[in-house]
Amino acid sequence: MHSFVWKGEPMDKNFWITTEPIRIEQVYKKVVRPQAGAVSTFIGTVREFTKGKRTLYLQYQAYVPMAEKKLEQIGREIAAKWENAETAIVHRIGRLEISDIAVAIAVSTPHRNDAFEASRYAIERIKEMVPIWKKEHWEDGTKWIGDQKEQVSYAKRLPSKEQMENG
Amino acid sequence: MVNVLFFAELQEAVGKERVAVDAVGLTIAELKQQCSQEYDVPRLDQAMVALNEEYTADDALLADGDTVAFIPPVSGG
Repeated sequence: MHSFVWKGEPMDKNFWITTEPIRIEQVYKKVVRPQAGAVSTFIGTVREFTKGKRTLYLQYQAYVPMAEKKLEQIGREIAAKWENAETAIVHRIGRLEISDIAVAIAVSTPHRNDAFEASRYAIERIKEMVPIWKKEHWEDGTKWIGDQKEQVSYAKRLPSKEQMENG
Repeated sequence: MVNVLFFAELQEAVGKERVAVDAVGLTIAELKQQCSQEYDVPRLDQAMVALNEEYTADDALLADGDTVAFIPPVSGG
């Protein structure tokens, strides 16, 4: 039923970085299972306008082996916080056009509330600590973007000792 | 030798993805200082540091063959 494999899609892992276009089915099919009563999915797409400024396209870069490890860590954190949760995450790198999918997340759980909460948790953690960067290409220039959350200073969001050890 | 990786704006400032540095026995903090002197790297002090693909503290000691990555503020998602 879910046997089709798209280009760049790994057979053996739930957390990966790709240069190929993302389809939400790629993460969905990795977590759907009989014990699940809910699969919550999140798709992050390339936005054209930010505070009135027009984006032409984005360039994403990752420290690939570490980024995949950190995505796996997020999966373990979710499994520890929400009972019987399974997670899959894919993030694309390279040049992305407006409305392209940059990230797709799927979390399956027995009941819907946990799936909603856990998928939100996953995207927030990605923005905190997974080594992936985006470069904005505007009509009038370019910039590597950092610290998107901007609620606390970056220095105060260093990973905890526990996170370092669990990594 | 210690392999040092640069990403995003740090990579553009240095002009290289990676360099090999004679930094065995130094701490991460000392390596940061050495790189700041050698290259014109903006805000290197704000970067987090990964040692062999795991976040680490500034007082970690470097051994031969280690890979250090300077991680500027991330912006995935």
